[in-house]
Amino acid sequence: MNINRFVERNLRWIFPLPAATFIILMLVFPVLYTFYVSLTNWDMISSGAVSFVGLDNYLAMLKEPRFYNAIGLTFYFTLLAVGLETVFGVIIALILNREFRGKNLVKFILLLPLVATPVAIGLSWTLFYEPTIGLANYALKLLGIPGLKWLASNATVIPSLALVDIWQWTPMISLIVLAGLAGLPQDPYEAAIVDGARPLQVVRHITLPLLRPTILIAVALRSIDALKTFDIIYVMTSGGPGFASETLNIYAYSLSFGYFRFGAASASLVALFAIVLGCCVILLKMRKSQEL
Amino acid sequence: MNKKLLSRIAWYGLIALIIIPFLFPLFWIVSSSFKTQSQIVASPPLWVFRPTLENYKGVFMDQNFGIYLMNSSIIAIGSTLLSLLIGIPAAYAISRYKMQTLGVFILIARLMPGISFLIPWFILFSKIRLIDTYTALIASHMLVGLPLIVWIMINYFDGLPRELEESALIDGCTLQGAFVRVYLPISGPGILTATTLSFLFSWNNFMFSLVLSAQRTKTLPIAIYNFVSYAEVNWGSVMAAAVVIIAPAIVLTMVFQRYVIKGLTMGAVKG
Repeated sequence: MNINRFVERNLRWIFPLPAATFIILMLVFPVLYTFYVSLTNWDMISSGAVSFVGLDNYLAMLKEPRFYNAIGLTFYFTLLAVGLETVFGVIIALILNREFRGKNLVKFILLLPLVATPVAIGLSWTLFYEPTIGLANYALKLLGIPGLKWLASNATVIPSLALVDIWQWTPMISLIVLAGLAGLPQDPYEAAIVDGARPLQVVRHITLPLLRPTILIAVALRSIDALKTFDIIYVMTSGGPGFASETLNIYAYSLSFGYFRFGAASASLVALFAIVLGCCVILLKMRKSQEL
Repeated sequence: MNKKLLSRIAWYGLIALIIIPFLFPLFWIVSSSFKTQSQIVASPPLWVFRPTLENYKGVFMDQNFGIYLMNSSIIAIGSTLLSLLIGIPAAYAISRYKMQTLGVFILIARLMPGISFLIPWFILFSKIRLIDTYTALIASHMLVGLPLIVWIMINYFDGLPRELEESALIDGCTLQGAFVRVYLPISGPGILTATTLSFLFSWNNFMFSLVLSAQRTKTLPIAIYNFVSYAEVNWGSVMAAAVVIIAPAIVLTMVFQRYVIKGLTMGAVKG
């Protein structure tokens, strides 16, 4: 009985306690530890004792061309993929925004790329891109275009990877925008129809402005995930050819689990945090200013 | 009448134009999984062929996919159940007492790049000999599932009327009694959304398993990835393995379509 009283009085602390403890153990502590490791010369190869080196790892990182290459590629990949996903995603949502037979089936099909395991998807697209036997070059040949080297050339590797991301995540934008469309007020439309506005004018002057907050949030969420893309890139190219698709995530991974240079890797991770965190702050600010 | 028919045909033509690009790669994976290696590399591509089950036989008999299927299931179910167990009460408290800070704190776990935890986990788990154990894998996957579950449930609890609790308290319930007897039973739809998404994310997880699992706890995504490290890729097996991994996720999505959509789009549409 007493225990029940105790729980009732302290419910607001007792209920979240296990979850909060778990997050502190598995997230906060590791992140702080990563900061600490980034200030040491820790690696698994040299057997010497771990010593504190201050900002050396950061200074070395700032002199490393691979680091700048990785930052540039991370943004190139994210902007290309998310930009096209947004355009296609919104167009698809606007088209599907009416009642028709089989709408649920269409929505189900749009969900498939989202739930399909990325590793399996990455490997399958590797086969499509295969220069001699792949479908991609076969399709180009049908159109009379000479085949590409897709993943094997510096110029095409990022766009090829972005295409997989676009295939997988465009439906996410569509579904978010469709949900947003369902919640729009009807009055402005009725007024516009009375005024004799044409469908495209309605979309441009009424629908899109009303949808702006939803689209912005979708883009922000998708960008944060795209910045962190790992599975697809690691499986399809591991950052190659050379370093032509080595994004920050892949760079940090190869420093840590390829070379086991934990100190240097941690410094690059702190840079990655900073970038993702910056995007999160922008996201939260946007959420507030849009009153969403 | 004719005009109506024409516009209907045009409409469904447009729909086909939209869905075919999303469907085709999956169709090609499934059809390739029933081809022999020489049929897969054939140019022009083979559209009609006699299906073979050899690839599936190879995947299960020679590659032990049964074991990896079980590992993936244990880890996905285990991490989802444990996350529900600690996540639902936390979400209830956060929603009831408006604990915004704690909510944002848990959301950060969803936004952080997963690789940022991997170095410390690897060092720590190596020291306490947890590498390649279910414990380490379930715990790591929980870090993906828990924030999802907490955020879905906060939203769900926020939408329930507070009067339910008041009448339960008048009837002599304690607060925790009201949670268990009144709120939990009507939270089915929210819990279903949270469970499905948490399971899917664990099932598809690659990075954590790549570092923390080895022979004993290898999951399906790692098993299929190991296929291509050989010099000559046996594409038929890779495609069959891809079907084995993707199929359960798709079946789950088919059954819980409404909940998957809700979970994926929530938070983006309403705050």
